Amino acid sequence: MRFSWQRFCAIVAKEFIQMRRDRLTFAMMLGIPLMQLILFGYAINSDPKHLPTAVYSADNGTFSRTIVWAMRNSSYFDITREPQSEAEIQKLLAQGTVQFVVEIPVDFSRKLLRGEQPDLLLEADATDPMAIGYAVGAMNSLTPIVLNRDLTGPLAKLRASSAPFNLVLHQHYNPENITQYNIVPGLMGVILTMTMVIITALAITRERESGTMENLLSTPLRPVEVIIGKIVPYIMVGYMQIFLILVAAKFLFDVPMVGSVPLLLAVAFLFIVAHLAVGITFSTIARNQRQAMQMGMFFFLPNILLSGYMFPFRGMPGWAQDIGEILPLTHFLRVVRGILLKGNGFAEIAPDLWPIALFLVVMLAIGIKRYRQTLD
Amino acid sequence: MSASELVIDVHGVTKKFGGRTVVNDIAMQVRHGEIYGFLGPNGSGKTTFLRMLCGLLKPDAGSGQCLGFDFRAQSSKIKKQVGYMTQRFSFYEDLTIEENLDFIARIYGVQQRKAAVEKSLERLGMTERRKQLAGELSGGWKQRLALSACLIHEPQLLLLDEPTAGVDPKARRDFWDEIQQLAGAGLTVLITTHYMDEAERCNRVAYISYGNLLASGTVEEVLKNSKLTTWEVTGGNLHELAEKIRGKLGVEQVVAFGSTLHVSGSDVEKLRASVSSLITGDHHWKKIQSGLEEVFISLMETAKDNYS
Repeated sequence: MRFSWQRFCAIVAKEFIQMRRDRLTFAMMLGIPLMQLILFGYAINSDPKHLPTAVYSADNGTFSRTIVWAMRNSSYFDITREPQSEAEIQKLLAQGTVQFVVEIPVDFSRKLLRGEQPDLLLEADATDPMAIGYAVGAMNSLTPIVLNRDLTGPLAKLRASSAPFNLVLHQHYNPENITQYNIVPGLMGVILTMTMVIITALAITRERESGTMENLLSTPLRPVEVIIGKIVPYIMVGYMQIFLILVAAKFLFDVPMVGSVPLLLAVAFLFIVAHLAVGITFSTIARNQRQAMQMGMFFFLPNILLSGYMFPFRGMPGWAQDIGEILPLTHFLRVVRGILLKGNGFAEIAPDLWPIALFLVVMLAIGIKRYRQTLD
Repeated sequence: MSASELVIDVHGVTKKFGGRTVVNDIAMQVRHGEIYGFLGPNGSGKTTFLRMLCGLLKPDAGSGQCLGFDFRAQSSKIKKQVGYMTQRFSFYEDLTIEENLDFIARIYGVQQRKAAVEKSLERLGMTERRKQLAGELSGGWKQRLALSACLIHEPQLLLLDEPTAGVDPKARRDFWDEIQQLAGAGLTVLITTHYMDEAERCNRVAYISYGNLLASGTVEEVLKNSKLTTWEVTGGNLHELAEKIRGKLGVEQVVAFGSTLHVSGSDVEKLRASVSSLITGDHHWKKIQSGLEEVFISLMETAKDNYS
């Protein structure tokens, strides 16, 4: 028996009717991307500013006042406390009331004038290294510069000597370090990964649980017809999600779209089908919908942690990068960010296409092979 | 196709799940246009046998033909001409009656689909309720919908797996009238059931227990071949008598039917001796023809003995 277009269409039509009837699931498929976009898009910021800071100054000289003023102006530090003792400082840090404490020792200004290079102590709550990184960096570059203004006339010799070369920093593609430019395009991949795997896995296990699979198997339907017939409607759902995300990226977050959107949509096809194939494979293993759901979550976690969506991919050890390279999301993130932010064309993204395609072929082969035509 | 031609002719059919033999070396011949009843207790292998016939399970051994096709190698050809009605309602509860029928018609590639669906709705008497979701139907209506869906591609053979379980007596009778009409029109029906009155409406029956075929033939043949003798006792204190008579030599079954007591056993002489010793003056007793139920229960208990 050969592939029958008519039987395939029957499955597609049935899936569309069921999707229309199951309004809650349909609403979730479009509601999840919207909610995640708004939550993650507005909430995640890898360059935090206005961190609460305590200042403990035993020196009332000009220079200490200049430093405090400069910190406040950098927008990284908000001076919220002025503790009076060492014990109070430790308490503030331990309770997490402040992120930083600046201690200016006695005679700071006088020692500075004498050229004795006094210490300025910056204490940080470093439990979350990401939260303080940028602020510490700002502090490093800001102090010598601000003091130079006060060191005039005979004091000019105390000015910080400039480095023997000029470092020119040019941050490409996202010069202002706007986190959303990274997060929002990435979310497209993350949302597709999560929803596509789970809905297909559920769609097939539901047939088995409700007994309708027995009926399908007793008809002339072939596995390929069932599988492809079930995939097609969800490809369209995937595109609706992409459309929503692109619109939000453009109008809510002003994410630049430098490259070709049609190229992005074409790559998304590969990516969506790869995950639908994962869902089908899961459904052939899971005995019920609960197990299918758990397997979906099990697949989702390494994707979100190892793909470079949450944490820098190059910061992971080699073995973790190797796992990450297998996952289609890793490559899709590079493609999406590449096309939207860098304006990459086909030549630049090609190295990330074949791993997605390979994953797709392997998964689809497993899914179709495992999808049994009998109940054995 | 002549009336005596065999629609199903299989032998040696065996199926094992793990190390357990669920269907053991079963042979079955079903003639064209007959209603063949397949009986047996729960878990005896009836459903497994039906599933093997329509290609849902692969038999471990056996050979033969079904509708002229090799039942092991050509199951895809058999599927096109078989209507299989599962034990559990297996159509889509979130699709309407019409959508379910249309879906099945499309899958079987029915010619003039719209007309076929329309005809099916009319026969069901559901033309006005076509937009109703299948999940909202009562048990009896679900069963009728399932039957109509099985018939939409005009199959040659109908496999019905306990179609009347949990259906009220009126609906059960209507269902059987319909089956008999269909058989009259030349459709062959293989039906599994627990009900003895349904077995008596079949042209032929087979009884299976623990995967073994214990008896087959027409109802009369099955009764005649059984060595079971039954005495009907009336009058007196039957409850007391039943307690006394149970377990006596040669007594295999003691069943109360309202105001009568049926006592059966396969050894005529021992049974007579046991019964006559306990009967008092105010009891009447006479030998009657054993019923199908007694015969089957006897068969089932013998089979259990053979196994243990």
